[in-house]
Amino acid sequence: MELCRLTIHEAHELLMQGEITSVELTSAVFDRIEEVEDRVGAYITLVKDRAMTDAADAVEMIRHGNGGPLTGIPLAIKDVLCTEGIRTTCGSKILENFTPGYSSSIVKRLKGAHAVIIGKTNMDEFAMGSSTEHSAFMPTRNPWDLSRIPGGSSGGSAAAVAADECIGAIGTDTGGSIRQPACHCGVVGMKPTYGLVSRFGLVAFASSLDQIGPITKDVTDCAMLMNAICGYDPNDSTSVPREVPDYTKALEPGLESLVIGIPKEYFAEGLDEDVAQAVYAAIKVIEDLGATRKPVSLSHTEYAVAVYYLIAPAEASSNLARYDGVRYGFRDKGADALIQMYRDTRSKGFGPEVQRRIIIGTYALSAGYYDAYYGKASQVRTLIMQDFNQVFETCDVLLAPVAPTPAFKLGEKLDDPLAMYLSDIFTLPSSLAGIAGVSVPCGLSKDGLPIGLQVLSKPFDEEKLLKVAYNFEQATNFHTQRPNL
Amino acid sequence: MKITREEVLHVANLARLNLDEQAIELYTKQLGDILAYMDTLNRVNTEGVPPTSHAIFMNNAFREDEVKESIPVDRALANAPLAEDGSFFVPKVIG
Repeated sequence: MELCRLTIHEAHELLMQGEITSVELTSAVFDRIEEVEDRVGAYITLVKDRAMTDAADAVEMIRHGNGGPLTGIPLAIKDVLCTEGIRTTCGSKILENFTPGYSSSIVKRLKGAHAVIIGKTNMDEFAMGSSTEHSAFMPTRNPWDLSRIPGGSSGGSAAAVAADECIGAIGTDTGGSIRQPACHCGVVGMKPTYGLVSRFGLVAFASSLDQIGPITKDVTDCAMLMNAICGYDPNDSTSVPREVPDYTKALEPGLESLVIGIPKEYFAEGLDEDVAQAVYAAIKVIEDLGATRKPVSLSHTEYAVAVYYLIAPAEASSNLARYDGVRYGFRDKGADALIQMYRDTRSKGFGPEVQRRIIIGTYALSAGYYDAYYGKASQVRTLIMQDFNQVFETCDVLLAPVAPTPAFKLGEKLDDPLAMYLSDIFTLPSSLAGIAGVSVPCGLSKDGLPIGLQVLSKPFDEEKLLKVAYNFEQATNFHTQRPNL
Repeated sequence: MKITREEVLHVANLARLNLDEQAIELYTKQLGDILAYMDTLNRVNTEGVPPTSHAIFMNNAFREDEVKESIPVDRALANAPLAEDGSFFVPKVIG
């Protein structure tokens, strides 16, 4: 048995039964990293010594009967979440040597659950990108086809899960950055409702959109990580005070009386034939399980790319003002006056996509253009939200593709930012609306590339998402397919 | 809408970025294409539509104004490119 291939729930069972130890499991994961990491490039930083110490502690805890669901489970964390004593780069040269003095609330929760953090995963710089090619360190490759992108921006986390370089992972999603890489890597990825997971210690990209969520090998694991990361945090003023259910309780059979909406705008021209076929087949499976299908329309879908790529860069241009070479991160030491130091530091520290978005965002917020761009986008955002509110009056969940095509080739869209932005069309509207979404594997293209089914629900209805995803998973075997590395 | 070279330079200055000749040319073109695409929003009638800046409705998150432990100075300065006497050290502000 290759231990690195285990899911969280399988590993948990074996750990509890004393069949394996966390030290064996964690070693197996590092052996796997040794074997494949130079081809995949999922990690920016690995912390093997720390991880082995934490694993040894977990062994003791379990031996004394104090093991919880995540005790001793090796997890990977996207390198945008602060980890005390472990450098946190955000995939950027400007934070290349930044070691936070505190941990994000989510990392604290995972450590409190005695999970074993094994490393920090690669990402598009400051989470701006859909391919992980915008990392200042290296691109990550798709474990299913090394000539292709793993998706982004949480491409390192998704590739690490798909390549068995961890047992589970944490990513972040601002416009699809969990769901799209999960889709391209053939794993499960959930973006929880805005406000459900604390963002304290998450390096901000676009504050009205950023969310943290799990990337896992199956839906049960997703529910287990959701149990660990969800909940109110007074340190995050956007955290919503509400009781968090046991998400694993939602993993029950039976989809009778469920109404599934099929938004026609998500199946329009430009959708890859293999993707369409796989998603339609998935809808049929869910119908056969007892759900009722209902065609619906989200008429403002086509404007989501324009809205998102004004609002997110606008917020980013403000959030990234803090990188000025004064308090942390890189400083260019050439200049002898303050303003020039800011300019030299930022120009040398930020990569091209980040600079591009800072410029777009600054433009959209600047005097004379605010109303025409940021203001207008914020109004159309309201209409996009109203579309969802309306369909959720009659539907429990929506089913749609995650991305219009399977994973594209490295370099294919690098010189054409707009083409890259357009590939996010199916994940952006739900991010703008703040609702919940999950991507589950639903097939392979003719070229053997994973395809994902997206399930969306109204805010705070993650249990329903997990139930649909779980029932689909149990009726199919796509989640058991793994890349040949 | 087309963006001009001067506007790119103006915005880069606001954002404290240096752009070399090649970057000015590239961004002027790319931003022009992107903003032309953004203009599709003009097709939407938004008269009387309120803007959304926060997806989930919440009132202000108030808390008691209590003194709590915070990060000590040495840890706050640990990542500073230059620090002296418990302060961040920067080049001269006024030339």
